[in-house]
Amino acid sequence: MTEKEIKSTLDKSSDIPIIQISEMHKWFGDFHVLIDINLEVERGERIVVCGPSGSGKSTMIRCINRLEEHQRGSIVVDGIELTNDLKNVERVRAEVGMVFQHFNLFPHLTILENLTLGPIWVRKTPKKEAEELARHYLETVHIPEQAEKYPGQVSGGQQQRVAIARSLCMKPQIMLFDEPTSALDPEMIKEVLDVMIELAEAGMTMIVVTHEMGFAKTVAHRVVFMDFGEIVEENEPFQFFDNPQHERTKLFLSQIL
Amino acid sequence: MQKEEIKRPIIEVGVIGWIKNNLFKGYLNSILTILILVAAWKTIIPLIKWAFIDSYWFTSGAVCQGGSGACWSVIPANLRFVIFGFYPSESHWRPGLAMVILLGLVFYSQNRNHWKRRLLYFWIVGLVASGVLMRGGIFGLQDVESSKWSGLPLTLLLSFFGMVAAYPLGVLLALGRRSKMPGIRSLCIVYIELIRGVPLISLLFMSSVMFPLFLPEGLTFDKILRAQAAIILFTGAYIAEVVRGGLQAIDRGQYEAAESLGLNYYQKMRLIILPQALKIVIPPSVGILISAFKDTSLVVIIALYDLLNTGKSALSNPEWLGFSSELYIFIALIYFMFCYLMSNYSRRLEVELEYSTDT
Repeated sequence: MTEKEIKSTLDKSSDIPIIQISEMHKWFGDFHVLIDINLEVERGERIVVCGPSGSGKSTMIRCINRLEEHQRGSIVVDGIELTNDLKNVERVRAEVGMVFQHFNLFPHLTILENLTLGPIWVRKTPKKEAEELARHYLETVHIPEQAEKYPGQVSGGQQQRVAIARSLCMKPQIMLFDEPTSALDPEMIKEVLDVMIELAEAGMTMIVVTHEMGFAKTVAHRVVFMDFGEIVEENEPFQFFDNPQHERTKLFLSQIL
Repeated sequence: MQKEEIKRPIIEVGVIGWIKNNLFKGYLNSILTILILVAAWKTIIPLIKWAFIDSYWFTSGAVCQGGSGACWSVIPANLRFVIFGFYPSESHWRPGLAMVILLGLVFYSQNRNHWKRRLLYFWIVGLVASGVLMRGGIFGLQDVESSKWSGLPLTLLLSFFGMVAAYPLGVLLALGRRSKMPGIRSLCIVYIELIRGVPLISLLFMSSVMFPLFLPEGLTFDKILRAQAAIILFTGAYIAEVVRGGLQAIDRGQYEAAESLGLNYYQKMRLIILPQALKIVIPPSVGILISAFKDTSLVVIIALYDLLNTGKSALSNPEWLGFSSELYIFIALIYFMFCYLMSNYSRRLEVELEYSTDT
């Protein structure tokens, strides 16, 4: 996509960003893992978060759907603040889909059942409707024929695509990706990235933690670089890769590119 | 030029080869094999002679006393007492039918295709019917108080309800022990550690002797009910620890995936975590349930007459003095049959639930 096309998919119709993280801190015991995180994500925006291991990038996105709890600051998702209120947390989780590095499909259910679980039990969708929805999203990720199989019977790339479809069945507003291709063989990385690019072109708000810089250049509105728990630099992809401002960013880029 | 086919030496293959490789490989193995064969000759031959050649099958005790073989006659002579205990003999068909209903339902429930709503109704009807049959008092059936319930029906009753109630109790305790709420967690830990710290016998004793002391004047609980409660509370604690192990074995990612879909605690546990965790711990769980089945024999301590105790009582008859082995072997075979069936079912269940566990 050209820079113009990327920008045009941003929905500026609502001024309030769909994710607002302000002055967020997190500690694991005494270890200060996230330091003064301030991030706003617009509806329809696509962010790639990168950085060295242990920089806190996974932890940060896991705070967005409350898989991790922050100790200071605030996180507001689609107008709902994330606190200890369980009802709010569940409401946010239904709107935020997550794709994990290790897929985390439910091995004791068929692929179709994996997909219909959320709609049936959280959205209270009737079974037939849920199954139609599931088959539709299996088409979207290009594996409709695998519906009756078990996760253990399909390849890694297919499992990850099932995981993406599973999240999509909940019709989320935002999709979080935690290193979605890091556990895949090179041949399968492309098929998953292609699905993610199609998702992007359809206008999904996405936050992707990844090392796949090609993906960042293709669809990201912004690249956020984190190191030692802080957001060091963020910029549009072309600026970010061609003109890094901080020393640490330059060091990181020199190591991965 | 045709190559001659060279065959392996005859002593290396076939039966002879197997015997040589497995029984006589090297000096030590050969010596051990010979020693075992001698020991077998010295024990098995006399055993067969005692059990089958010199044995008596349907005679009286006096005839047996005169001979040297096994007195299997003790079994048919005392069979009805051993199986039904002190239950009035003219009504033996009632506990018999109750057992048939119960076991029939258990067999029917084995097939997972039968697990529909109507299975629940079958069970409710079956349990009520069994209860009415045992207790009587209505439909023209003679009233038989629970103190007369004994023998195999009592063993099956205590085991069955023990297992069926202990399992959910154990699951709840395991979940409670992993709870984030300190009150619930502490309560579960204390319960589990206390119960596991004492033998079942002491719990039975306490339930039967001490517990009534704390009850207000005039209020009594059925002795069988007290024993049943002790068995359930005891077995539940052990199931809890095994299930907790299963819960710990489930990858954290499963919990996270369930949570990120928006499932609440109950849905997460029921749909995702427990099905996987309980399947993993089928082997130790069934082990605990099999032990529970056999532990019902401990109710002898509170003067309840389960299968083993009725057997023991039958032997107090001087006519059958000295023939306890034969009767106990018979009772052991009954226990073995039930335990083996449980074990067998668990293995089939594991195979049936097999799915490939990729991440």
